[in-house]
Amino acid sequence: MTNYSTNEFRGGLKIMLDGDPYAIVENEFVKPGKGQAFNRVKVRNLLTARVVERTFRSGESVEGADVVDTQMQYLYNDGEFWHFMDGQTFEQIAADRKVVGTAAQWLKEEDVCDLTLWNGAPIQVVPPNFVELRITVTDPGVRGDTAQGGTKPATLETGAVVKVPLFIEEGEVIRVDTRSGEYVSRVK
Amino acid sequence: MDPVEARVAADWRPLAGWDAVRLRARVLAQARAFFAERGVLEVDTPALSSAANSDPALQSLASRARGRGHYLHTSPEFAMKRMLAAGSGDIYQVCHVFRDGERGRYHNPEFTLLEWYRVGVTMAALIDEVLAFIAVAGDGTLGAWPVHRWRYGALFEHTLGIDPLEASAADLRACAERQPGPAPALGGDDPLPWLDWLMAACVQPALPPRALTVIEDYPAGQAALARLSHDRRTAMRFEVFCGTLELANGYQELDDPVEQRRRFERDLAVRRARGLDVAPLDERLLAALAHLPPCCGVALGLDRLLMRLAGVDSIDAVLAFPLERA
Repeated sequence: MTNYSTNEFRGGLKIMLDGDPYAIVENEFVKPGKGQAFNRVKVRNLLTARVVERTFRSGESVEGADVVDTQMQYLYNDGEFWHFMDGQTFEQIAADRKVVGTAAQWLKEEDVCDLTLWNGAPIQVVPPNFVELRITVTDPGVRGDTAQGGTKPATLETGAVVKVPLFIEEGEVIRVDTRSGEYVSRVK
Repeated sequence: MDPVEARVAADWRPLAGWDAVRLRARVLAQARAFFAERGVLEVDTPALSSAANSDPALQSLASRARGRGHYLHTSPEFAMKRMLAAGSGDIYQVCHVFRDGERGRYHNPEFTLLEWYRVGVTMAALIDEVLAFIAVAGDGTLGAWPVHRWRYGALFEHTLGIDPLEASAADLRACAERQPGPAPALGGDDPLPWLDWLMAACVQPALPPRALTVIEDYPAGQAALARLSHDRRTAMRFEVFCGTLELANGYQELDDPVEQRRRFERDLAVRRARGLDVAPLDERLLAALAHLPPCCGVALGLDRLLMRLAGVDSIDAVLAFPLERA
């Protein structure tokens, strides 16, 4: 893997620190009038999402992390693993519960997700910003209450529960923003 | 439009506002008037040189001229000293200089230095002249700022409670680790990198924000091209800070070619050990030093002065085209 000099540090660069892959969040160049310069960086651990600070002597090199962001189509869940496929190469990979995390509740077959791979193995799955899912369970709507903007819980085909307006009924398809987990609109 | 075209379409314009462009023109005119009035001659020395600065903390940009390797100067110091040695008398220069890798809120790899030399003056007189120029620049707003004067050692004692001239690398490291924020991993028993870190990360940020601070008597190990004081523990070197921002660096110039060669050779050994580019020494400078009259010189970062006059906190705000748009 390539090494990166502090000269090449910038937001988004993926590097290895203490055996874990990190992404640089912020890079500050600090130099006294004359003499040794330093790079003070904020880095995010790509496995734990924790952000920590580190200081490097300018000119030092750090091993790059073999981390790639790619788009893959979600295929199916076999009870233990979530399977994804690369649309170009048809290569398939499997991600476990630890990696998929809360994204699981938004994954619908054939949707294209953003995956982060480290040394070829998935470390993060991000669902599409907007997904369209069918409502499997919700209480019948109460007419007349819509003016107050009231909401009720609805369970979706993937198991996620979102708040929907009272006029939405069981069996309808709705659009949800996966970043906030909020109802956006009804899909006709 | 592909992403590259879209970026270029959006960033072809100057980044600095027209106010900053006009301020630069005004301060340049003021500098020329300031030195003309004082009988200091403007000179123009080349940016390309067959030799490079040996300072391990400075990385020169390499170029080629007529098929041979040349370097872009990191400051006009060597060429200006050759002018002084040849009998120029007092001289100044405004020029662009180049330092690879230096990029950040206060750094651009290409920036403007205002550098000048005064023959037969004391360092105290040169410091007064630096402060006099800062006081008249732009609208003269910085002239109203109070001036604090410190010796390097006393300022470290004041800020960190440690004597930088006596402390070992281990002492300095322990001191660095007591400060908030992550200390760098610096191996070896050389105290200098720790002094650099403590200066940049702790001492400098603690300077009073709306004052000019003059720091004198740097440790001998940070002498660079300055003469040492009589006890040889400190260098006859000063810096001027505008708030927490370093603005100028000056010396009682070393005029001993033997001592200068020793320092250059030591620099090159450090460069080799760190795997840095090792360029030829400037033999013409070393030959000239034997003829250098007693003089003091200073280099002032013009872009940073403009930052403080404009009240902005990023060098990009005073550059027409910073590196990413250049």
